[in-house]
Amino acid sequence: MLAGEQGNATRKAMQILVALGKIYDAERLVKVSSVQVSGVSYKNLGDAGLEFLSELAKDGKARVKTTLNPAGMSLTDWKSQGIDSGFAEKQLQVIDAYGKLGVEVTCTCTPYLAGNEPSFGQHIAWGESSAVAYANSVIGARTNREGGPSALAASLTGLTPLYGLHIRENRVPTIAVDVDTLLRFPEDFSAMGYFVGRTAKDGIPYLRGVQRASLEDLKSLSAALASSGGVAMFHVEGITPEFGLGAKNLETLTFTRKELTETGSQLNDEGVPDFVSVGCPHCSLTELATLAKLLSGHQVKREFWVCCSREVKRLGDEAGYSRLIEKSGAKFALDTCMVVAPVEELGYRVVATNSAKACHYLRNAGLKVRFMPLEECVTEATRSV
Amino acid sequence: MKLKGRAIFEGKAEGPALVSSSPMSFYGGVNPDTGEVVERGSDLAGQSVKGKVLVFPYGKGSTVGSYILYRLARNGVAPSAIVNAKCETIVAVGAIISEIPCVDMIDVSKIKPGVRVRVDGATLVF
Repeated sequence: MLAGEQGNATRKAMQILVALGKIYDAERLVKVSSVQVSGVSYKNLGDAGLEFLSELAKDGKARVKTTLNPAGMSLTDWKSQGIDSGFAEKQLQVIDAYGKLGVEVTCTCTPYLAGNEPSFGQHIAWGESSAVAYANSVIGARTNREGGPSALAASLTGLTPLYGLHIRENRVPTIAVDVDTLLRFPEDFSAMGYFVGRTAKDGIPYLRGVQRASLEDLKSLSAALASSGGVAMFHVEGITPEFGLGAKNLETLTFTRKELTETGSQLNDEGVPDFVSVGCPHCSLTELATLAKLLSGHQVKREFWVCCSREVKRLGDEAGYSRLIEKSGAKFALDTCMVVAPVEELGYRVVATNSAKACHYLRNAGLKVRFMPLEECVTEATRSV
Repeated sequence: MKLKGRAIFEGKAEGPALVSSSPMSFYGGVNPDTGEVVERGSDLAGQSVKGKVLVFPYGKGSTVGSYILYRLARNGVAPSAIVNAKCETIVAVGAIISEIPCVDMIDVSKIKPGVRVRVDGATLVF
C-alpha cells in the first residue's frame, strides 16, 4: 500500500498511519472493523478540506464499514433552515466526495444508533469526540480519538496503528469521582460530565456511586466529558463493561448537589432564548417519544430544532412520534445539529438547549446559552413571547 | 552543524529558519491565503512562513489545522520544511497530505532564527 501500487489515496492513507505509528511508538498496525469519520461540516473544512477529499476520492475506497459525522446543514431541507446557497453548494460537494469514497452518508454523531454498532473488544477508528467516548466506555470497543484525516486513512486501508486506547493497559482509570447526589435526568449527567472533564483533561475518569444510567444518560455524559476536557474513555462503577480495570490510589474528586447546581448555573447566560434545540448528541428514539408526549397539543412559539439521524427519524415516523413533533411546529434537523450548522449566521442570539456540550461550542461561536432539561426546553419553546 | 532526527515525511528542502519557541496552532494561527502568522501572542506574529524552514516545539489546537497546512501548500505559501521537537497528529497529518518535509526529535533550541537550514530525510545541516 505504501509503495502506491493500490493507488494514490491508499498510499497517502498508509503514510499517515505509519507516521502516527512512529510518533506514538506503535508496535504494528491492527485491523479495524469500523470507522466513523469527522470533519464533514464545510464550516470547519473550508475549501482546503474539500480539495483534499476530492483528491482522495479520485481513487480511494472505504474497506470497512464507515459512517459520517453531521454536516453543516440538512442535505435536503437546507433552504428552510435559512442556509445560503453558496454554503450549501460547497457542503454538497463535500458529501459527494465522501459518497465517492464509499462512506455511508449517515451524517450523525450517534453512529451507534444508526447501524454502525461495533462490539466489545473490537478495534475501531472513530472521530467525533462524543462517539469515541461512548464507543470506548459504554460499548467497550477500542479507539483513539481520531481526527478527520486519520479516521479516513483507517477507512481506506482497514488499519490503524496499535497504540493508546487500543491497548488494555492504557484503559485504566487515572482519576476517581465519588458521585454523592441523585442524577435524575440526562442533563444531570451532562452537567456532571462537564464538571469532571475540566479536571480529568485527557485522562480516564472512574465514576463511583452512580445508581443507574440509561443510554441517554451515558450519551450525554460522553459528549460533555469530551467537550470540557479531552476525555476519550470513562468508567462507571457497576455499569460500563470494563469498570473494574486496575483502579487504585487514584486522586479523587467529589460531585455533590452543590457541584451539580453550580455547573448548571455556569452554563446559563443572560437573555431570553430565540432558538431552542435538543439532540446534542443526536436524539434517540426514546427522546423522540418524550418530545412527542411533551409537544402534543402545543404549538412552538420560536424556532425549535430536534436534531437526530435519518435512521432514528425513520423509526420515529413508524412509531408516530415524528408526526406529533412536527404538528407542534418543531422542526427536525436531520444530518446536522446546532453545533455544526452556522447558527450564529442565521441571526439567532440566545440558544436554549439540554446539552452542556452544545453550550460549550455555541459560546465559542459567540452565542449566548441557556442550559435546561428537555422538559424545560419544550416549555421555553412553547410559552408565549 | 549537523543534527539527526526522525523523518515524519521524508524529503529535501532548504530555507532560512523561522523559529518559534512556543507551540503553534495552524487553525486560526496562520492565514491560509498569505502564510502570515496571525496568532495573538505568538513570537512569530506578522511574519510569513512561506519558503521557511519552520521550527517549533510541537503543534497544538484543532485537528482542522492539518487542512490549513494543505491550504498553505495549495496557495504556494507553505513552509519549505517543518522541524519539531516532538511532532503530534495535527502537524504530522498536515505535512503528509501537503507533502512538506517534516523532521522531529530535534533539539530546536540549537537552531538560530535566520540561519540557512538544509533538510534531507532525517538530517538537518546548517
